[in-house]
Parts: sequence; C-alpha cells; structure tokens
Amino acid sequence: MISHPTAAELSEAIATFDAQPAASGDARHAFLARVADNARATVAREVELGARLEAEAIDRLRALLAQDGGLAALNAALCEALRRGEVSPRDPAVLAHLRATAIGQIRIDQPTYGGLEALLAGD
Amino acid sequence: MDVAAALDRLAPRLSPAATGAKNAHRLSGGASLETWAFDLDDGTPLILRRRPDGALPRDTALPLASEAALIRAANAAGAPTPSVVRVCEPGDGLGEAYVMRRLEGETLGRRIVRDEAFADVRPGLARRCGEVLARIHAIPTQGSPPLATSDARGELARYEGLYRQMGAQRPILEAAFRWLESIAPPPPERPVLVHGDFRNGNLMIHPQRGLIGVLDWELAHLGDPAEDLGWMCVNSWRFGEWRKPVGGFGDYADLLAGHGGDISLERVQFWQALGSLKWGVMCLMMYQSFAAGADRSIERAMIGRRTSETEIDLVALMEAA
Repeated sequence: MISHPTAAELSEAIATFDAQPAASGDARHAFLARVADNARATVAREVELGARLEAEAIDRLRALLAQDGGLAALNAALCEALRRGEVSPRDPAVLAHLRATAIGQIRIDQPTYGGLEALLAGD
Repeated sequence: MDVAAALDRLAPRLSPAATGAKNAHRLSGGASLETWAFDLDDGTPLILRRRPDGALPRDTALPLASEAALIRAANAAGAPTPSVVRVCEPGDGLGEAYVMRRLEGETLGRRIVRDEAFADVRPGLARRCGEVLARIHAIPTQGSPPLATSDARGELARYEGLYRQMGAQRPILEAAFRWLESIAPPPPERPVLVHGDFRNGNLMIHPQRGLIGVLDWELAHLGDPAEDLGWMCVNSWRFGEWRKPVGGFGDYADLLAGHGGDISLERVQFWQALGSLKWGVMCLMMYQSFAAGADRSIERAMIGRRTSETEIDLVALMEAA
C-alpha cells in the first residue's frame, strides 16, 4: 500500500527508539514507548494485509484508468487525472475506488478508528 | 534560560501579596510555544506561555502580545477565558511571553467525551460551544491587533499549495480539493473574529461548570464564523464517539441553536470537510519533518499514518454529499 510513512520507515523509527536508553519515570519516554507499540502493531498489520490490499488496489485502478502499470504509477495517474479534472470526484466508480482504498488503509493504520464504523454504518 | 528563576523574580509584579514563585514545571505538548505551570507563594495558580528562545513564529501564528490582547477582548465580551495577568516586557527576562491565571479542569478530549465525571455537563456542551462562539464572533474587530483575513477558497488554495510542495500522491485528498473547490461558499459579507482552533484539546472543561476557558488563540484571524463551528465537528476530535458530531459530545442542532440559528448546517459541514482535509495535510507535513530528518522521532513518523483517518472521513462526506 502507498503510505506515509512506509513500513520500512516505521521499522527504522522503532529500532531507533528501542536503541535509546529508558529513563525510568520519564513521562515523555513512557509516551513514546506507547507510540512505538502502536507502530509495531501497524507494521504487523501491514505485513498481514498489505500485499493483498495492494493487489486489489492495482486491479481497481487498471479497470478505472484502462491502463496497465504498478501501484505507484497507477496511483500517480489517478491523482493527475483528478487534479486536471479529467475524472470527477463525484464519479461513482472513482468514489467506489477511493472508498475501498480508505477502508484498506485504515485497517492497517488504525482499525479501531470511529470513522471506519461510521462509513460502514452508511451501507 | 532559567525560566523558574525569572518567574521567581517576576512574582511581586504578578500579585501584590507574592514574594516568589514555586513549582514551576513545563507542561507537555506545544512544539512552537512553551507552556509552564507555576504557583505564587501567596497561593495564586498561574500559567506562563512563552516563545522558546530563538524560535520563530509559524507564518500564521500571532505574536503572543496579540494573543493576550484577544484573550482580554474575548473575556470582556463574555466568553470564558483565563484572565491575563501580565504581558511580559523585556525587563522581565522571559522573552516573548505572557502570564495568565490557571484554570482547574480537563482539556483531554478522550476523558471529556467518555469519563463519568463529565456525564452531567456533556448534554449541554454543544449548545454552550455555540453560545461561546457567538460571543467570540461578535467581538468588535476594529481596535483588535492586526489579523490576517481568510475565506474558504483562500484556505483551500493555501492547503493545496502545502500539499503540492510535499509531492505526496493521495487520490482521496486530490478528490477532496476538487470537490470542496466546487462547493466553496462565498466569503461572509462581514468577516468576524475566528478563534481558528476551537476544538477538544483547547477547551477547558470543568466536570460541574462545563466550558470554563477557551485556550490557544494563536491561530485567530478574521473570516467565516462557520469555520469555527465546522472545525469543532471534525471526526478526529470526537475520540471514537463518532455519532456525536460536535466534539464527540453533542449534535449539530444544539451547536447551531447555541450560535443563534444564523449559520446553515450545510456551511458548517463544508468547513468540517475542509477541516478534515487540513488536518490530513498537517499530518503529512509532520511526517515530512521525519522524512526530511528534522525530527526522527517515532511520534513524528506515526502521525503520518493518521492521514488515512481524515481520508476515510472525507470519503464518507463525499458519499453523503
């Protein structure tokens, strides 16, 4: 999946944090330890779900744009088409792709986020 | 700089009964500004807000003296704010800073929307937010410190510029820019004073007395009153209570009625969607400071993954439109 940061960047930031000495009773360190735990869980979900979600996104984008390519190129083409107004954000097929993409990404990033439940409740 | 020592020296000028200051400690949060809590030895609880040495204000942020002037004006207009005790002068040795009374309450949204302690005040809070915003929006703007003016199209263009600078490719954000551009309301006939960051986190809530202080006036400007109402409704500040659009504790109708019924729900929801889009761009910008090496903390990296929360909210809003 396209993500900012990438799983590799997250893993690097986790390793950097783990290498730091823990000062006991340091509230900032305790906070960052919780953030690092969340990051580990995010990376684990990406390992589990990322490849399948990426393959599905590629299939949707190929159909939507009627062109071939990898995820980065197809995603860039959709961004460009939206920016130029060649495809409309109101187009149901576009919106369906954006919806599936948003659901996939939030399942990796924050599966308990209330917005996921809200979107699915609209079905 | 030794802030605690400077506060100790300043104490007699903060209260006639005080001879010194104690318990000075920096509160967490606030990268662009420092916030310190301290007590005078006569028992007065105070807060210091100061710009760190050498830090430049963000391009849209107000000088602290202007922020203090706005808090005083809001207080005079009947909006709940901490009272400003002193705007610091060069001789005070604290740099750009001001001192205000410390309020007792809670700013953490998660507790405000969930904890039993706030169950009694939650039902009235959305209406109260509307009432307080109406008072802020009625503050006379002539005589106020110099403030930028912005409107819906200007804000969209500004954030699209920031998004383009990063070179990020997020189709949902691309779609949201075009969608919001196509429905952006015209500027209000008369721009009003907009707080600019009115949301959970910047509202001091007391478990019995409710909203007792509007904090953090750094982003105040002139513009559309619906901007403040919409920002309050962004899902990211509902802390899981997504069925309650106003801050996770209330409904649109109460917020709008509290404001006086002069703003349409449609206009508020436009600004809510723009608020989600702005927060998504801000998350990416914070991640950028990690990617560029300016801040390699895990916190900066992970905030980038919050962009997708704004995207799922934007998809829901685009579908409903």
